[in-house]
Amino acid sequence: MCGIVGLFLKDPKLEPQLGAMLTDMLITMTDRGPDSAGIAIYSGAGKGLGKITVQSSSPDADFKNLDGDLKEAIGAPVAMLVKSTHAVMEVPLGQLDAARSALTHLRPNLKIMSSGENIEIFKEVGLPKDVAARFEVSKMGGTHGIGHTRMATESAVTTMGAHPFSTGQDQCLVHNGSLSNHNGVRRELKRLGMTFETENDTEVGAAFISHKLQTGESLGNALEATLTDLDGFFTFVVGTHNGFGVVRDPIACKPAVMAETDQYVAFGSEYRALVNLPGIEDARVWEPEPATVYFWER
Amino acid sequence: MQTFDLGKEGLRALNSSLHALKGQTNMTNWEVVNPKGAHAIAAGVDAPVDITVRGSTGYYCAGMNKQATIRIKGSAGPGVAENMMSGTVIIDGNASQYAGATGRGGLLVVKGNASSRCGVSMKGIDIVVHGSIGHMSAFMAQSGNLVVLGDAGDALGDSLYEARLFVRGSVKSLGADCIEKEMRPEHYAILEDLLKRGEADHLAKPQEFKRYGSARKLYNFNIDNASAY
Repeated sequence: MCGIVGLFLKDPKLEPQLGAMLTDMLITMTDRGPDSAGIAIYSGAGKGLGKITVQSSSPDADFKNLDGDLKEAIGAPVAMLVKSTHAVMEVPLGQLDAARSALTHLRPNLKIMSSGENIEIFKEVGLPKDVAARFEVSKMGGTHGIGHTRMATESAVTTMGAHPFSTGQDQCLVHNGSLSNHNGVRRELKRLGMTFETENDTEVGAAFISHKLQTGESLGNALEATLTDLDGFFTFVVGTHNGFGVVRDPIACKPAVMAETDQYVAFGSEYRALVNLPGIEDARVWEPEPATVYFWER
Repeated sequence: MQTFDLGKEGLRALNSSLHALKGQTNMTNWEVVNPKGAHAIAAGVDAPVDITVRGSTGYYCAGMNKQATIRIKGSAGPGVAENMMSGTVIIDGNASQYAGATGRGGLLVVKGNASSRCGVSMKGIDIVVHGSIGHMSAFMAQSGNLVVLGDAGDALGDSLYEARLFVRGSVKSLGADCIEKEMRPEHYAILEDLLKRGEADHLAKPQEFKRYGSARKLYNFNIDNASAY
């Protein structure tokens, strides 16, 4: 099981509602996987700023004066927005790598959820409605976003085991299925310099795609490569700085429905997730074909 | 006409009302509104009634149907009419994976396309798809007829038993032990009847189809292959 939702907005008028729309879609998918939930939202590109979303199991201690400490460490202005166990640190885009590295020294217990120009990731153990409320996702605007509700089959139910997984700047991936050759692929990717936070199969899928993108491949080619190099069941939805991609394994037993109108492209594990979207009655609704790469970029 | 608002009254209430219909009933016309992709709509009905669902359905709509005629005015999610026993299910839109799986009788009509594994393990059901079907369709299909006006995906009829597969368009690939077979007069007669009942007689003629069936090399024990078992 597991439930996936995704939304890529074409109409800027809908952007303020992105979080609310995604939250509604994700809550509808709760009974596909109530273990943990997560959401990636892309917003605020083009301001010359970068964002790092961090998570802490003791937020009171870790987030106390974190903005001040980080500002001192990188010598540049820092804005911090704390939401429950997560905090979004906004720094000048050029200081993103320095800030990421400084954070791991300043607060060694922090987990980095994501970093990039416009991505923010919030994920925790619990029901989608509780996770979304905790991070006030419904108040967030943005250009595109992905949500996931997990039924763990393969590794532990933990915050870090929740989706989305981010293994590269502004990149994230969610997955319904299970990979059977993830240990071998992880070993190879480690050799190539990729780092991993968990023993989770999905993180390997995410890192596989990030590695391809790092070597200059297009998103389309990176997704295409999953079909030859990853073994197992998967429906992947991938977010990047400016786009959103979908690929299903050749057997395609993990469900997927998509809808497109002039205003958006939407993904749901089931049609139920899409029924409250504006204009869904007249949308083009289809199932993505097996072993076929779809992506939309702005 | 009984109109049932699924958004207000809920799935349990709908299905228990439908299950309460036994034998002859005066309430022969049902309309379900606001289905919104809900699962198991009108599953397990066992009465000669007409049910129209106004919108798209989720998993297992019309599953195990007996006697009823169920029309879906939208698309159907996975496993529509799964294990149907008798009656008719007509989908105006597309059907998701494993439509009509394991069906034992009755007629399933998909006016759009059907996804992968259409008619998997069918055991007597007749399926008419106006569009195309996805990969692994009619896998291990035992009996009944699958009629496809469009194309078939990869591995059609893999490990097929005695179901008849009629495809008008192209077949991407045949599965193990599935072969093209000659069309004989009785096959044209079957097709003529199914195209008519499947509301497709204005779209295609029996002469336009090819028949596929089992080579019967896989499912019988063969002493020469004993070491391979």
